[in-house]
Amino acid sequence: MTTMPTWVQLVYLACAVCFILALKGLSGPKTARAGNLIGAGAAVVAVIVPFTYLDLDHVPLIVAAIAVGTVIGVVGAQRVQMTQMPQMVALFNGVGGGAAALVALLELDEMIPHADDISWFTLAATAFTILVGSVSFAGSIVTFAKLQELMTSRPVVFPGLPVVFALAGIAAVVLGVLTVTSPAMWIGIVLALIGLAVGMLLVLPVGGADVPIVISLLNAFTGLTVAASGYVLGNVVLLVAGTLVGASGTFLTMLMAKAMGRSVSNILFGALKGGSTLGAGVASDRPVKSAGPEDIAILLGYADRVIIIPGYGLAVAQAQHTLRELVDVLIARGAQVDYAIHPVAGRMPGHMNVLLAEAQVPYEQLIEMDEINGEFKTTDVVLVVGANDVVNPAAKTTPGAPIYGMPILNADEAKQVVFMKRSMRPGFAGIENELLFEPTTTLLFGDAKDSLSKLLSAVKAL
Amino acid sequence: MDEAVVWLTIFILSVFVGIEVIAKVSSTLHTPLMSGANAIHGIILLGAVLVTGTTESNVALVVGLIAIVLAAVNMVGGFVVTDRMLQMFVRKRPKPAPAAGSSADGKAS
Repeated sequence: MTTMPTWVQLVYLACAVCFILALKGLSGPKTARAGNLIGAGAAVVAVIVPFTYLDLDHVPLIVAAIAVGTVIGVVGAQRVQMTQMPQMVALFNGVGGGAAALVALLELDEMIPHADDISWFTLAATAFTILVGSVSFAGSIVTFAKLQELMTSRPVVFPGLPVVFALAGIAAVVLGVLTVTSPAMWIGIVLALIGLAVGMLLVLPVGGADVPIVISLLNAFTGLTVAASGYVLGNVVLLVAGTLVGASGTFLTMLMAKAMGRSVSNILFGALKGGSTLGAGVASDRPVKSAGPEDIAILLGYADRVIIIPGYGLAVAQAQHTLRELVDVLIARGAQVDYAIHPVAGRMPGHMNVLLAEAQVPYEQLIEMDEINGEFKTTDVVLVVGANDVVNPAAKTTPGAPIYGMPILNADEAKQVVFMKRSMRPGFAGIENELLFEPTTTLLFGDAKDSLSKLLSAVKAL
Repeated sequence: MDEAVVWLTIFILSVFVGIEVIAKVSSTLHTPLMSGANAIHGIILLGAVLVTGTTESNVALVVGLIAIVLAAVNMVGGFVVTDRMLQMFVRKRPKPAPAAGSSADGKAS
């Protein structure tokens, strides 16, 4: 594009450095918030700069569009419940990918009249952005729909999916090559449509429990498209910021997968191989032992050692405060009570910590999996509230189960297990939980908040 | 040096920096980190502004404005939502060093 004054290049360099500092800050608990603010500041500065040195057209419209986007973003981010955070991140990521794809289409439009002067690499980068940006957009929207439960969170697989997938992949490569050899607008648009299809096909077969990893991966994809746009537009900030997100996002995806004991390829393509047909996703009619709040209250009220395993269901029912009250009463009665936090409790790694922190649960009572797993043997009662997959022994015993290999909380080793559940429906991963049918297990059916209040008054009455 | 090689150099160095700076992140911060990185790629807003500000056709203008709205949602919403998440953490965190007392008893908020 036009040449930049030196001071602009220096400001952009400063912004790029700020993005590095932002990521660095975000990876430590003490510096995280400052890191985020540094990133935000740099982003704002970088966006303002072109208005100062370039003679841009349509400035009022552009400013209005930024204002509209800002309002939507702020309102959305403020209104969203903490429990719905993962799908919000997915949605933000999706629109970012969509924006990158649209920018690339416009770039292509500008290049076509003088395509002979454009290097093949620039055209290839443009094609890459159109394709991958669309993948990220469509994939994120499907992810959002799964987490928001607008559609089933179970893997969606249909016969011939691998074939369709392969055909779409081949078509994408062919169109990518065509973009370089004979660029035309229709090619770009078809490429975008294929990207949308691939994005959907990529995420549909992924089971609900693995969706967070897919969000992280699509996040990295969007980062790479931004980097490619940076190259095409000759802009260092875009290149550096996009590459940073692409690289750290890919690495973070692998870290997350490792925390869940999964490999990324297994998550993406496991269902295609027909691996996760286990569990029909419907209520089982096998016999279980259930009891009323009064019986459970006696169990809890006279226990010396209690461990609480909170899950997403707790947060959905907004029952964190009631749970905390119950724990306070039990502690006052002399029991030792802790919360066992699985790394992926909730919907994303670290999600449960956020949710419980919001409910003012003391940080000291939150014990991580590795620390507490040895203590279940000596525990009188384990109270599982709205969790399921993270205590499912199938992760240890059933090769082929979608969660096989995921580290779990050893609730099955405790003397008594109490499950608070709404129904017999399987957890997010869609697999039946053998622990429910153990003789040491008692179920308390009902909404988590409702059950906890009843349990609380029953314990108080003891 | 060939200009393309300069860009390639920046790209490759950024890859290493990107991995290196987050290598030691604890699993409790995975979610905010992902969200923060997500906000950073909202900087595509800059690209959308550059392209839209130099376009002549009306169709391209409309597409560009849509891209700007989407990118602004990504960038602004991303940073705000990350900050909301991190507020929860920062208040509760000073446990390992009880000496840092001032922020430890943030029950009032």
